[in-house]
Amino acid sequence: MDAIGLNNVLAIGAVLFVCGVICMTTKRNGIGVLMGVELVLNGANLNFVAFARYSSMGLDGHVISLFVIVLAAAEAAVALAIALNFYNNHLTIDVDRGDELRG
Amino acid sequence: MTIDQYLFALFALLTCGGAISVVICQNVVRMAFSLIISLASISALFFLLSADFVGATQLMVYVGGTIVLLIFGVMLTSSSALLQIRTSPAEGFLAAGIGVLFLSVFSFTVWSVDWDRNEAKLAGVTAVDVPPQDYNEASSGNTVRPLAMSFVGLRPDKAGKAPGYLLPFEIVSVHLLVVLIGAAYLARTKRRVSAES
Repeated sequence: MDAIGLNNVLAIGAVLFVCGVICMTTKRNGIGVLMGVELVLNGANLNFVAFARYSSMGLDGHVISLFVIVLAAAEAAVALAIALNFYNNHLTIDVDRGDELRG
Repeated sequence: MTIDQYLFALFALLTCGGAISVVICQNVVRMAFSLIISLASISALFFLLSADFVGATQLMVYVGGTIVLLIFGVMLTSSSALLQIRTSPAEGFLAAGIGVLFLSVFSFTVWSVDWDRNEAKLAGVTAVDVPPQDYNEASSGNTVRPLAMSFVGLRPDKAGKAPGYLLPFEIVSVHLLVVLIGAAYLARTKRRVSAES
């Protein structure tokens, strides 16, 4: 039961979250920002599954992580369509170039 | 150390290393490859935490679907000059500092909570249900049948006291259909704007 330990899994989730946030903020490539979002969602998923494993709350963590996986797939599809449109209009994927709405 | 702990250490290293190299790499194709390594190791961690169905779903949907979608995005949007767009070193150092601060806050919070005491408190509040025959605890694996039952709205493992997930399941199915139609509408071919902008 205590072979792995809850704290170690939560620490991995924290590393994934921090990497995802840094990736989202520093990458200038639009696809790189998407990859950061995927990392953040996976860190959250890992926490849900770890709590389902190490607490007495049963199966709900598994169900919620399945919903997160489905919503992440939907988000990736829409964000990729937006990135393709951005590329068609600007001929680059650099997110710093998308400043037309700046006042 | 048992074999579980060795495997956990190996996949934890692969997960964290993949995530860090996603941040460090400047080339988009290498970032995608590191992301594949990281996500596949996360699914191995799910199997180690005895979440077999979630691990299989992670392999099929994330590694098999979402990553392929991202790689298509890389191929469709990158001419060779755009393959690497560099961030300035000052921004990199600033982000690294903020990341270390974030990580130390999270680690401090996680390690300072006494989870066993919380679990003892929780055990007094929620009644422990005896699962019916052929049902396993969530912490012992073989979760496909309880998950399928909860998605059609039945919770025999909670003796009917917990709600099932029929309505969220239907909502998320319709949501997925709408989102995929919308993505196909957004991504259809249109007249390309000339290159001067």
